[in-house]
Amino acid sequence: MAAVASSEQTDIQRAGAPARRRSFPVWRWAILLIAAAYFLIPLYAALRFAGFKAFTQVTSYPSFGSAFGLSLRLAIIATVLTLVLMVPTTVYVHLRLPRIRRVMEAITILPIVIPPIVLIIGVLKVAPGFLLGSPNLLGLEYVVLAMPFAYRSLDAGLRSFDVKTMVEAANSLGAGWPTTLWRVVVPNLRTAMLSATVLTVALVLGEYTMASLDNFQTFPVWIVNFEQNSGPVSVAASLLALFVTWILLMFIVTVGGRSASKRGGGQVQLFTISTQTASHTTGEPE
Amino acid sequence: MAEIATQAAAPEVSASGARPGRASRLIRAVARWAGVLPFGAYVALGLAAPTIAIAIGAFQDNNGHATVSNIDAAVHGTYLTGLKTSIELSVATAIVPGIFGLLIAYAIYTAKRGNVLRRVVITASGVFANFGGVPLAFLFIAALSTTGVVTGWIKDITGGFNIWNHGFTLYNAFGVFFVYMYFQIPLMVLVILPALEGLKPAWREAAQNMGAGPWQYWRYVGGPVLFPSFLGCLLLLFGSAFSAYATAEALTGGTIALTPIQIGALLNGNVLAGQENLGYAMGLIMVVVITIVMIGYTILQRRAARWLR
Repeated sequence: MAAVASSEQTDIQRAGAPARRRSFPVWRWAILLIAAAYFLIPLYAALRFAGFKAFTQVTSYPSFGSAFGLSLRLAIIATVLTLVLMVPTTVYVHLRLPRIRRVMEAITILPIVIPPIVLIIGVLKVAPGFLLGSPNLLGLEYVVLAMPFAYRSLDAGLRSFDVKTMVEAANSLGAGWPTTLWRVVVPNLRTAMLSATVLTVALVLGEYTMASLDNFQTFPVWIVNFEQNSGPVSVAASLLALFVTWILLMFIVTVGGRSASKRGGGQVQLFTISTQTASHTTGEPE
Repeated sequence: MAEIATQAAAPEVSASGARPGRASRLIRAVARWAGVLPFGAYVALGLAAPTIAIAIGAFQDNNGHATVSNIDAAVHGTYLTGLKTSIELSVATAIVPGIFGLLIAYAIYTAKRGNVLRRVVITASGVFANFGGVPLAFLFIAALSTTGVVTGWIKDITGGFNIWNHGFTLYNAFGVFFVYMYFQIPLMVLVILPALEGLKPAWREAAQNMGAGPWQYWRYVGGPVLFPSFLGCLLLLFGSAFSAYATAEALTGGTIALTPIQIGALLNGNVLAGQENLGYAMGLIMVVVITIVMIGYTILQRRAARWLR
């Protein structure tokens, strides 16, 4: 705190213009340049280290194909299950049990509180035999890992329109629950569902801890194992993984940023939402 | 969290208890809760059951008898060292990136709302904060390992100075600290920015009208308002570093003595068979530490929310 204040003062003295008290270009640029160097140099170094050849090599290994295929399969399982489980639940909570929204928030933050390494050893301890030998167990568990992101995306999405009135209108026009959900609620939740999907996919494609403890060679596990064969190929695969994830995340940051001012998606709102929630729920009719 | 649960459940209980028509009310209450049943079942099986299993396993020996020897072993010797290193590392990767992230957030906070730079920093933070794990480790291996690109640059510039011969290494706690900053700094930017933006311009103007300079403003107004949020964010960063496994594992090949890595080694069967319960004990300790941290975070968030509305 003191550092902030003192650099401000020196800057004011240097600029000598009291009118520009709230912008401190030199200080701001210095800090952002250091940050840019720290964040961009390793990226550039990795590109150089891998070299062009490694990028073309990555996809030529059959083990890459099967590892990436497994990760994709898990991503699809986890995404479908997440949407099927979380969309009806979140809608139902909004409509019928608004008072347990805080409980839902507390429950869905738990997968972040319990470290993945701890969760997976517990899962491997209690999972029934027919799931233990199957990668599908990972798919099921990734739904739990995705819950914090999925719930918050959907919750924010449901807050951005008057779901109660719309559902009542649909019901009074004779639509049953499935029709209402599918033809009224879901279309309004498209952006939220999209960000839940993208976050789940990004999470599954990058997940290492659970997959390695469960001894399945997903894409990130393959990257680590392959280092013994070729460092540059592992680095190239890492960069590919990164770019895919970044494109996915940039996509929702932009889409989310456009659709609703501060209700984008992802981690941005993961921990800041609670203060917003408080003010929202007080005005909520029960 | 438990407190919230009881508060929310209380009205339901009293509503169904006191009045006549108890049975029908009960049926209606059950029907009401049926909508969250699939979710509840999923959480119970996928999250609660494994966690409870760990808590039980932590107090069992290999034959299933009750014992505290696992917990005892987990807080002695190499495992105590691991826990200490984990906590120290997490404290360091909370404080340093916390301060740095605050500075970055402050730098863009002073910029105007529509500023391009500001948008770039926020978007980049959103992306980098989600970036941990294996690819991150390999990024730094490519840059700073013995054959790394940046290591080579330093050699070229200084005429043969190899940082690896002068105490630098990526594969110890310092290396992990250096790498963790990559996702901790952007995370801090994201979580502290809303708090910074909650500082109302009117407070600064009022302070200035009463003759306060920038230092006095931060010392008596901005600082105290921001402090609970700042501390809360540090706790969040602590938790994020404390539970991280993939980056450290991929970076050091599992050689560093951190609690998550040690748990992984015990449960992978790389060390000795029959050590699972020790792993569960260490897992339970991790959950306890994180729970304490999150309770602290919640308390600080509530305090912060008093001003930041």
